[in-house]
Amino acid sequence: MIAAKAMPEFPYHDPDFVLDLDARPDLLCVARSMIDAWCLRAEIDRTRADRICLAVDEAATNIMRHAYDNGPGRIRMRCARGTHDRQPVLLIQLEDDGQQVPLDTIRPRDLDDVRPGGLGVHLIQDVADEAVWSHRPTGGTLLTLRISVRGLTVTADHRGDPHA
Amino acid sequence: MPDAHGLSIDIDPSDERLLITPRGEVDLSSSPSLRSALKSALLEGNCDVHINLSKVPYMDSSGVATLVEALQICKRQQRDLILVQPSSRVASIFKISKLDTVFTICEEPLN
Repeated sequence: MIAAKAMPEFPYHDPDFVLDLDARPDLLCVARSMIDAWCLRAEIDRTRADRICLAVDEAATNIMRHAYDNGPGRIRMRCARGTHDRQPVLLIQLEDDGQQVPLDTIRPRDLDDVRPGGLGVHLIQDVADEAVWSHRPTGGTLLTLRISVRGLTVTADHRGDPHA
Repeated sequence: MPDAHGLSIDIDPSDERLLITPRGEVDLSSSPSLRSALKSALLEGNCDVHINLSKVPYMDSSGVATLVEALQICKRQQRDLILVQPSSRVASIFKISKLDTVFTICEEPLN
């Protein structure tokens, strides 16, 4: 039996950046721009950077729609580099204070069922090696994405790997 | 004129086809404008519908959902809907979602 690898601990003390956004659709482009610039800085290739931006957009969109029911709220986004199984990874967290959706309802839909909507979770899981949603004890939901990337520079300060 | 979220939509009807050209990013902020424009444009007529995506640098799942809805309307009206010249970035979301086999996608400009 192979033990499951734990998600690397998020380096809360040393993220690359934290973005605290009003949960407004017109600010999605701000989140995408930040992620895009971060990926560029980490020399992540264009195609993968686009997919990462899309995943973050979808995650934030889901928060606006489901956690805040298209109403007011805040979205906190934290981004860091780390390692997992000694391989460099990006770690992205999105956190809200909205209503908690039952975790077992957060799943991709059957892609053969062609209908408008319901693609967000699929697009998030497509780029992330691991996507974990959890209810925060104080309310709201935390999504953590682990995304492996080749060639990413990770210093000793960005390790966060329980298996290193 | 672009809407408040930077999306403008040109609609060019002719006897042979209805050409719709959105210009700008399509996400949760701008997809309602696209949805409204498409629903209005598809109210009348029976010619083929071409949606020129060459001026759309970015689209998320809310934009894709809008296009799926337009496709369903066109199918009910027995008219073809063709997505024209999506960028590789926009085309990739259709591929990831396996919708590249549902939509007719033309990579070249149509005459």
